Amino acid sequence: LFQYCLSGHPTLPCNVLKFKSTTIMLDCGLDMTSTLNFLPLPLVQSPRLSKLPGWVLKDGSTFLDKELKECSGHVFVDSVPEFCLPETELLDLSTVDVILISNYHCMMALPYITEYTGFTGTVYATEPTVQIGRLLMEELVNSIERVPKAQSASMWKNKEVQRLLPAPLKDAVEVSMWRKCYSMPEVNAALSKIQLVGYSQKIELFGAVQVTPLSSGYALGSSNWIIQSHYEKVSYVSGSSLLTTHPQPMDQASLKNSDVLILTGLTQIPTANPDGMVGEFCSNLAMTVRNGGNVLVPCYPSGVIYDLLECLYQYIDSAGLSNIPFYFISPVANSSLEFSQIFAEWLCHNKQTKVYLPEPPFPHAELIQTNKLKHYPSIHGDFSNDFKQPCVVFTGHPSLRFGDVVHFMELWGKSSLNTVIFTEPDFSYLDALAPYQPLAMKCVYCPIDTRLNFIQVSKLLKEVQPLHVVCPEQYTQPPPTQSHRTDLMVDCQPPPMSYRRAEVLTLPYKRRYEKIEIMPDLADSLVPLEIKPGISLATVSAVLHTKDNKHVLQLPPKTPQPPASKKRKRVSDDVPECKSLKPLLSGSIPVDQFVQTLEKHGFSDVKVEDTAKGHIVLLQEAETLIQLEEDSTHIICDNDEPLRIKLRDLVLKFLQKF
Amino acid sequence: MPRGCAALLPGVCAALADPRQPGLDDTCLEKLLDWFRSLTWFDPTVELVQDNPCLTELISSVLALPEPSPSILSFTLQLAGILASSENRFQHLQQEKLLERLFGQAGPRGCAVWEDASVRSGWVKGVHSMVHHQPALHLLCSEGGMDVIFTLQGDPSLFVASAASQLLVHILTFSVESEPSKPLGTKDCEWPACAQMIKRHIEESLQSSSASRIEQSLKLLTSLFGSCYAAWTEALWLDIAKQIESFLTEETVQAQHLLANLLLNVARSPVFCDTEGSFWALVTSALEHLTPVQAGPLAVGLLKLCKCPQDVRIQALTVLLQPMDCILRAASQPLEYAGLLDESVSDPVTVESLLSSKTSCAGLLCQTLAHLEKLLSLKHLEVDLPCMSLLRSLMAILQFCNGFLSPASPLGSTISRNLINCFRVQKSALDVLAALSEKKGCDTLLGSLFDVLLAYLESPNTSPTVLKKAFQATSKWLMHLQELSCSSSQCQRTEKILKDVFVVLQKRLCSPCWEVRDSSLEFLTAMIKCLRDQDEFRQCLLSSEVPRLTENLLEDPESYVRASAVTAVGHLACITYFAPESPVVGNQDNKENTVAKLQEILSTDSEGFPRRAVISIFTKWLREGCTGQLEDTEQFVSRVIQTVEHDLDWEVRLGGLELVEAFCSQTICQRGVSECPYAPAPSAATSPTHQQDLLQGFCRAKLFGFLFRSLCDCDKPVGQRACDILIGLRGNFYPMSTLENPREIGDSPAGRGIAWLQRTLRQGSLAQNFPTDGDNGVDFQDPESMMVALGAIDLLELHDELNKSSDHVEESPQSLLQDILATMGTIEDNEADCY
Repeated sequence: LFQYCLSGHPTLPCNVLKFKSTTIMLDCGLDMTSTLNFLPLPLVQSPRLSKLPGWVLKDGSTFLDKELKECSGHVFVDSVPEFCLPETELLDLSTVDVILISNYHCMMALPYITEYTGFTGTVYATEPTVQIGRLLMEELVNSIERVPKAQSASMWKNKEVQRLLPAPLKDAVEVSMWRKCYSMPEVNAALSKIQLVGYSQKIELFGAVQVTPLSSGYALGSSNWIIQSHYEKVSYVSGSSLLTTHPQPMDQASLKNSDVLILTGLTQIPTANPDGMVGEFCSNLAMTVRNGGNVLVPCYPSGVIYDLLECLYQYIDSAGLSNIPFYFISPVANSSLEFSQIFAEWLCHNKQTKVYLPEPPFPHAELIQTNKLKHYPSIHGDFSNDFKQPCVVFTGHPSLRFGDVVHFMELWGKSSLNTVIFTEPDFSYLDALAPYQPLAMKCVYCPIDTRLNFIQVSKLLKEVQPLHVVCPEQYTQPPPTQSHRTDLMVDCQPPPMSYRRAEVLTLPYKRRYEKIEIMPDLADSLVPLEIKPGISLATVSAVLHTKDNKHVLQLPPKTPQPPASKKRKRVSDDVPECKSLKPLLSGSIPVDQFVQTLEKHGFSDVKVEDTAKGHIVLLQEAETLIQLEEDSTHIICDNDEPLRIKLRDLVLKFLQKF
Repeated sequence: MPRGCAALLPGVCAALADPRQPGLDDTCLEKLLDWFRSLTWFDPTVELVQDNPCLTELISSVLALPEPSPSILSFTLQLAGILASSENRFQHLQQEKLLERLFGQAGPRGCAVWEDASVRSGWVKGVHSMVHHQPALHLLCSEGGMDVIFTLQGDPSLFVASAASQLLVHILTFSVESEPSKPLGTKDCEWPACAQMIKRHIEESLQSSSASRIEQSLKLLTSLFGSCYAAWTEALWLDIAKQIESFLTEETVQAQHLLANLLLNVARSPVFCDTEGSFWALVTSALEHLTPVQAGPLAVGLLKLCKCPQDVRIQALTVLLQPMDCILRAASQPLEYAGLLDESVSDPVTVESLLSSKTSCAGLLCQTLAHLEKLLSLKHLEVDLPCMSLLRSLMAILQFCNGFLSPASPLGSTISRNLINCFRVQKSALDVLAALSEKKGCDTLLGSLFDVLLAYLESPNTSPTVLKKAFQATSKWLMHLQELSCSSSQCQRTEKILKDVFVVLQKRLCSPCWEVRDSSLEFLTAMIKCLRDQDEFRQCLLSSEVPRLTENLLEDPESYVRASAVTAVGHLACITYFAPESPVVGNQDNKENTVAKLQEILSTDSEGFPRRAVISIFTKWLREGCTGQLEDTEQFVSRVIQTVEHDLDWEVRLGGLELVEAFCSQTICQRGVSECPYAPAPSAATSPTHQQDLLQGFCRAKLFGFLFRSLCDCDKPVGQRACDILIGLRGNFYPMSTLENPREIGDSPAGRGIAWLQRTLRQGSLAQNFPTDGDNGVDFQDPESMMVALGAIDLLELHDELNKSSDHVEESPQSLLQDILATMGTIEDNEADCY
């Protein structure tokens, strides 16, 4: 049981599991924090960004000033943003048999894997995961492609050059692995390799392993996976939530009795409780709007936004905000809002029952109907006609490097009346804001991460009791900024085994059994013999037949008939001949009785010596030695076959045969 | 016994003894027993049983039943005990050996029915009632009753066990005190026989190895020392003290948890007032040996005692402060603070290990904090609390709980791990923090204290209930801050704190969680109440968004929030619109808008809470003389009355009466009439013209219609209040002495109307069609008619009538007996039907 760890990001995992004869990739998350090192891509020509000075080395050399720009003391790469891919050198990814996806955030690197590595296998994911994953990819591709950038910077990546750069560029890891965004055809090709699955559906992989997705409660269609054979069970827990939000609740019971539990995707903000953060979000939103300011919410087009809209639906009337327009701007805004309403079977119970009334499960339908929430594919077109201030705008991308959000940051950043509220936990908000400094706009950080926190993890582990836990190394120590918070780490017995990027782990579990089936006619022929009360044994002589990782014992073929014709024997008919079988022996030989028997049979000079392992019976006259040990008996006599046979028969009298 | 009851009693007794009757409901039987208890309490004569032979017959017939029902048997045992409580009646009942047959060996003790706990309980209660004289005690002892009681101490039914223990205490006390003799010593032979038996039983139990027997005896002793303060108890104590002491040190017997209560009761007893005695040494030893959780209640109890020796008191305080000391040591860098205590009483390792364990940490801290809060609320505490260190320790706890403190020691990190996000501890600590604000000597820590409080107010992770406590503590400390002398640096600091508080408050008022909005508004009201005279406060408040947000919340969807918003707006108005030096003077429109808004809530809000809040704010305004600036107060009151009069919520109507009362007393004061009807009034004030003015004013405000109608309100408190107000008003127009002798009503049209009114009022809440103005010839706005009405209507009679409890008819013993008979009667009817 091996695990290859291809990603160091605990919430955007990418691991490969070698289990029995299969190679299974668990998620392929794309680490997008690398984009924070790049300048934003403005939709409209930004005089501010275009006037930023080029970066000059301490010695005055300016060879990088086209590639790197300086803004408020930070240095940014002026190029199309690039992403940090999972490790591709650790193993040959073309050998991966299947990829299991746990939620739509954890599949963003899929085109890089399926289209560039020679991957020929199948990808398994639930329907909402695929559909929403497609939306996320579409939005990503769209936001980057619609702002074509002539320049592509690569000089700074040179190791010699990188060393000279200021932090954080200097410390950026694996820059040579950073890649530009994939294209829509690649997305489509990748998605075409996905096979849809439903919760609790059992999928056989080559007869060796069975995989099953379970509801994980985090997002629409999000799953944990069970990977099991007859005698081993590995649970893969990734991005799970126990809170009552919109998705179906987490299935915990099925995770019980795991030999190994791989734990990833815990909350990134363990100190912030989501309820409190939603409260904070609403209060800050209301205060800004009441003072005539606008609110900008950088977000993904799916996920927490549904819960935020639901919360605002209940809140806006009580807060007297009924007249404030809410805008949701994304190339996939419309699809996202509509998709959420049709995945009824993937929703929590409350929302499912609404469908039967029939009512739309999410109240954002009503917000749209009453014109309180309006959605647009981009800031161009209808939006510019309808746009009224003060307002609340939800738009992407949360990294503030591309997408319509860049425009609003430029537009509203100068006024202290406006507020940007960060709700997505994936990016450090200070880093995200860096290229917009100096900024007059208020910034509020309300990360809403509904994934498991450490208290919930410890309850979960107590409940499901896996034999071993494997998790990213970040979870085995307190967060670096709060080193005294020893409560913010995974606490279990035995202590979890940790992994980091580019590490290969031998999972602490040895396979000991394999299931073999016996054909009925062979089973009929067995004659069990009771050795001890309750334990019977039978000798089995059979042919072991292995196909598709399934093992079957079949009756041995009858003694081969002499060939009827002189036709050449076909190779496949060539079965080994069975020799006549000797019986198996069991039992022990009581020395005293054995000596008496020998004497009865005329051996008069019998001597017994005790050894460490048993006894030696010496027949001095015959110069013969009988070694009696716990698990073997040897008769040593020189060239006297009749004597040996005689002695052997005497020994056999004391043993059981079957 | 009233004649009516005596006539009903035989029927009731016969029915009770009838085995065919279904069991009566227990409360009926209990009421019956209560009645007998009241009949026999002050009457030791034999008459009750002699005049009502049915009682004796009831007892004998129940005894004759082959299988009496447990509830009737239990009732009979208790009844017999009550009747036998006087020696005369005891002898009367014993003529037929009834008591022997009930309580003796031949009684239910040996029968199958004894298995029923209610029978055992009835037996114990019966004996308890009976043993008030020697013959009863003698009967009990001679019939082996004592052993039964000893056994019942360990009864599986806790009620029976506890009653048996109480009974032993009673018998011991009675036995010793009924035999006046020389002072008792520790020798057994000097004690009366029965007392000896109990004493020996206690001693033997304490020496036994059975934990349950020890427990029983300790409980018995606890209640004995808690209820009996006679000198002889000291002799008993001296006998057992050694044994008690051994429980503290020997770990073989698990009795420690019961010792705290026992020692506390002994300590409270005046018998042990000698501070030199060995008793206090034992208490000291208990403080050392009991676990902190067990010793806590003992320590608090000792600290409340005025006769406790000072060194024991200090020791008790030390025990209480130990967990706080441990926190302080664990939280601080080495040598930063010396901790709270110079030395500890018990082994500090015990406290440390309790605080290190996840399960006991929160429990111990909550208990300690609750004790400390109790101590802080005491007016007189004979020891000085180290307030500064206590505050430091509290701050450490609060910071552990929100994860803001990074402790240096390993113990600190364990405690921090145990306490993070522990709401229980947060709430208790904030309570103590609030209580501590009234103590002096913490001023140097104010800066960091407000940092901690603000962190709680700001954090989105603070739960609504914790936030409420944090608000309460903050307002207390803000009050404290205001009391400090104001140097310029101090003023700056106060201003900074207030600004921070208002920023948080602003945000919290916008919270989507209604509990948070509600407690924010309550906090605002509390702040205005105590800080309204402070310039910095007013400036900070008025320059913030808070007033506007508060007014917005008058339309909150949650009724509790609307109510709190009404109260807050009402208080805000006192410093904005109504204050003479108000910075927003001239904002007449806003002022009128606010009043109109509140009036609208009063007349249209569908929930009671906001309406109640409005009426009490109006009353507050009236009392503080704010409405004078509004418009004609009479008109204001009249308008409010008309709105409130028909409110469905009686508390709103009651609030309306309070407003009327405030208006009356204010008007009377303004016109120079003394508010107190008994005060010698200056002649000018009571002159007829003044009276006329007053009456006219009240009539214009339409008070009388409201007051008289309220007398017939279906909710009693409203009627009572209206009556009180009318009686008070009458005193202004008629001499007090005439209250008991109302005037005759003359035969005039007005008089006829008043006579009708009088008749209607007698019907009380049953009165229908209460007149509106002008009907039936009563003109509530006519000063003359009202003068006649005040003089003629017997308000005192109405007052008495209203003060009778509504079930006074149903509560009478006669009605109880009738009820029982009626229940039984139906059986007979059914029987007839069957036949």
